[in-house]
Amino acid sequence: MPRPGFVLEVDRNTPPILFWRGENYSLEKLPAGRSRVIYAPEPLEALKDIDGSIVDALLNPIDHDPLPELLFPGMKLTIAFDDISLPLPPMTRPDIRQRVIEAVLDMAADAGVDDVHIIAALALHRRMTEAELRHAVGDRVYDAFAPRGFLYQHDAEDPDALEYLGQTPHGEDVEINKRAANSDLLVYVNINLVAMDGGWKSTATGLSSYKSLQHHHNPKTMEQTRSFMDQHKSELHKSNWRMGKVMVDSGVKVFQIETTMNTDTFPKPFNFLSKREWEWNARDRASFVMSSQALKRTPTRLARNIFHSIEAPHQMTSVQAGEVEAVHKQTTENVWKQQLVEVQGQTDILTMGIPFICPYNVNSIMNPILVMCMGLGYLFNMYKGKPLVREGGVVIMTHPTPWDFHPVHHPSYIDFFEQVLTETTDPHVMHEKYEKRFAEDEWYKHLYRTSYAYHGVHPFYMWYWGAHGMQHCSRVIIVGGDVKAVRRLGFTPASTMDDAFEIASDVVGRTPTITHIHTPPVLVADVK
Amino acid sequence: MKALQVSRKVARLGLARMASAVSPSAAAKVGPIKLISIDPPESLGEGWHTVKTRLSGICGSDLSTIEGHASTYFDDLVSFPFTPGHEVVGELADGTRVVIEPVLGHAARGFPLPFDGAAPGDGDDYAHLALGHLEPGIQTGFCHSTGGGWSTYFQAHSSQLHTVPDELSDEAAVMIEPAAGGIHTALMCWPSVATVDRPVIAVLGAGTMGLCAIAGLRRHIPNAHIIVGARYPHQQSYAKAFGADDVVAPKELGRAVRRTVGCHMIGDYLSGGAHVTIYAVGNSGSIETCLQITKPRGTVIMMGMPAEVTVDLTGLWHRETRLVGSYTYGTETMPDGTTARTFDLAIQAVADLDMGRLVSATYPLDDYEDAIAHAASAGRRGAVKVAFDLRTIAQTFDPRSDPKEKN
Repeated sequence: MPRPGFVLEVDRNTPPILFWRGENYSLEKLPAGRSRVIYAPEPLEALKDIDGSIVDALLNPIDHDPLPELLFPGMKLTIAFDDISLPLPPMTRPDIRQRVIEAVLDMAADAGVDDVHIIAALALHRRMTEAELRHAVGDRVYDAFAPRGFLYQHDAEDPDALEYLGQTPHGEDVEINKRAANSDLLVYVNINLVAMDGGWKSTATGLSSYKSLQHHHNPKTMEQTRSFMDQHKSELHKSNWRMGKVMVDSGVKVFQIETTMNTDTFPKPFNFLSKREWEWNARDRASFVMSSQALKRTPTRLARNIFHSIEAPHQMTSVQAGEVEAVHKQTTENVWKQQLVEVQGQTDILTMGIPFICPYNVNSIMNPILVMCMGLGYLFNMYKGKPLVREGGVVIMTHPTPWDFHPVHHPSYIDFFEQVLTETTDPHVMHEKYEKRFAEDEWYKHLYRTSYAYHGVHPFYMWYWGAHGMQHCSRVIIVGGDVKAVRRLGFTPASTMDDAFEIASDVVGRTPTITHIHTPPVLVADVK
Repeated sequence: MKALQVSRKVARLGLARMASAVSPSAAAKVGPIKLISIDPPESLGEGWHTVKTRLSGICGSDLSTIEGHASTYFDDLVSFPFTPGHEVVGELADGTRVVIEPVLGHAARGFPLPFDGAAPGDGDDYAHLALGHLEPGIQTGFCHSTGGGWSTYFQAHSSQLHTVPDELSDEAAVMIEPAAGGIHTALMCWPSVATVDRPVIAVLGAGTMGLCAIAGLRRHIPNAHIIVGARYPHQQSYAKAFGADDVVAPKELGRAVRRTVGCHMIGDYLSGGAHVTIYAVGNSGSIETCLQITKPRGTVIMMGMPAEVTVDLTGLWHRETRLVGSYTYGTETMPDGTTARTFDLAIQAVADLDMGRLVSATYPLDDYEDAIAHAASAGRRGAVKVAFDLRTIAQTFDPRSDPKEKN
């Protein structure tokens, strides 16, 4: 029986705690008597028969007719699936998406359906490479569909491939992939890594265009999203749900398949990274010392390659299919079973180690903007109820924050860093002054459509992702970061954790209470 | 009188070249420049005046000579030994403060003017620079006969003299010559952008010359969108103050231009680019950058003196880029078709923009090694213009040292 999540109160006997620092990690001693560490629940058992469970979900959907009854010869069937941003790290083969898509295709073949398109729902993310697509959908599906042009990636900048469906009562435009909109059935294959994913966000975001996305990917919405992980307190989700209604009213027929996975995040040589430090054995301690020392001497590019070659052993814990909202409700409950940790109250400081990966740098570089997004956008938002840090408190991250950008994946990030952040870090100001220019830049559009670049507007979204965190905290400190890059972000650099606490004392006094969110593995704090 | 003098000693030039790679002051110590005591220069004839130096700036071309980097192109256009110093504010025997338009033009060398009212820099035949009654020399400060501003006295022709308005300080006045260079470069941009509503002009480098070009652009092509690549914080501040729209680090200039013009980036080149790019630094890599960020059929104006460089000109050929030099000043054709003397424009610009603030430090001649070291690392040390200050040598014009003038 896996153990639930745990909140450790730090005392004098508590060993130093592991902090991620990008492509490395360190052990940091937290002050006794006023610090606590939140550990994720241990990985839940995977489903015994994953393929059987998938078939069962398709045959016994929630609030929906079984999938075979929706399939008929001559129909247009579109299967959309989550892109490279999920799961993290990428999982060992076979990927969940492959298993689900193969099951759907088997049923489609049995029903004599021969007009099938498979679309990577990447919204404004970068296109996936052939290897990444093969990893996600499997070689059999790839070889059968991609060469004939039936497996492809959503292009949010192709006006001929988009369908305008109307507006929500709030005036939000709904524009999604034309093939998906005009299909007799849209099957969406989701991986729910965190509660933020799934539901109407799958289609209303993953298959949409800038015209739609700008209505909920903006500073105002993000500041009123508390948090991304709590759908009912998230303006982001409310907007997506309104858009979902427009889709349904427009006749888009969606069959949603959502999956959850356990938090078995690191394979054998790295599994000490998921363990609680006081339970480390001699082998774990040796692994830590050897790997961290070796990584210190490893060129950054090589270290990146090592970490990005990690394939996580996480496995499916549930699969549910059918009507979007009913499915997502059950999915969310299953996510909470794995990730939720009850925590009492807030503290003055929240510390977090930023790991090597986030949804937007798979096989890429965690540039400074993504460091910000990972810290204030994701880890800060890993809460239900209220943030782990009090309003006006301090966030301390550890990450090298290199002044380094992937020129192919993140071209507009470079300009964002060089132009926008030199002028303002205020999400509202940059939204008004610069967003449209970046969104409509023809070069960025070209690179998004034909290369492997995130859309021109994407760095703005990353910055908005942290808007709630920025608004909530009075200071953000990055330990061990490139000083100039950290300052460009508008944050305060510190050399050591002790220095960071000293700097924070200006705001929170000399004996602040501290929470460390020990992740990955993923956890969400249910703050009472 | 005291004078800094550069002699043609090949070994010392070579030593200076090597030493400059080690430290800025080393080149001055081992190079061809020496502080000596010599007689004041003899008057050169009718129309010539003895000028007592007040301030004399150290320019990039001076440093290039001292450090042994100057091109052999100049071998026949200068005469050794010479006293450098062409950015000069001084005073005449009657106490009139003057700045020198240093080009030794037709009038100074006794040749007919190329046209009525021509300035020293005008004319399309440079024969006069090496001929006539003076030793060869393109400017005061590179001619053995006239001497230069890095000494107590030198000779200047009446065609070179401009009276300094009383309201201008010496520091402001010593900036008139570089300001004229910047304005000349700015006005050279005009034909390339005359028909463009909002031309984009990039300036790479924001030392003295780059800043003067920015000031000139803002004054004379007010509709230009000026994007500057400036390395140091103080340069970036001045660039903004003188009218740049965008100021970025030099390595970010290409992206900044791309963002403004909205073009693509294909390899190292922009698909479009700036209408004009002004090159105001001094290394070959920078020239390549200028070619990369200038639009096809655009213009690159070379303000900095490049000497010998290796550049891949394939892009220049394919994009039909015009690569033109910008040297000094003369008679300008203004955007409205009228003509004006660059120095007159510069005097007004210096006054309006308080350009005297660009003079960061002054040194006595005795401390020339420190002065040259400071000028050679001006950007890094937070400086723009470094000058020699000879005002303390003699508070007034000393008639005992004043050779009889023959005018």
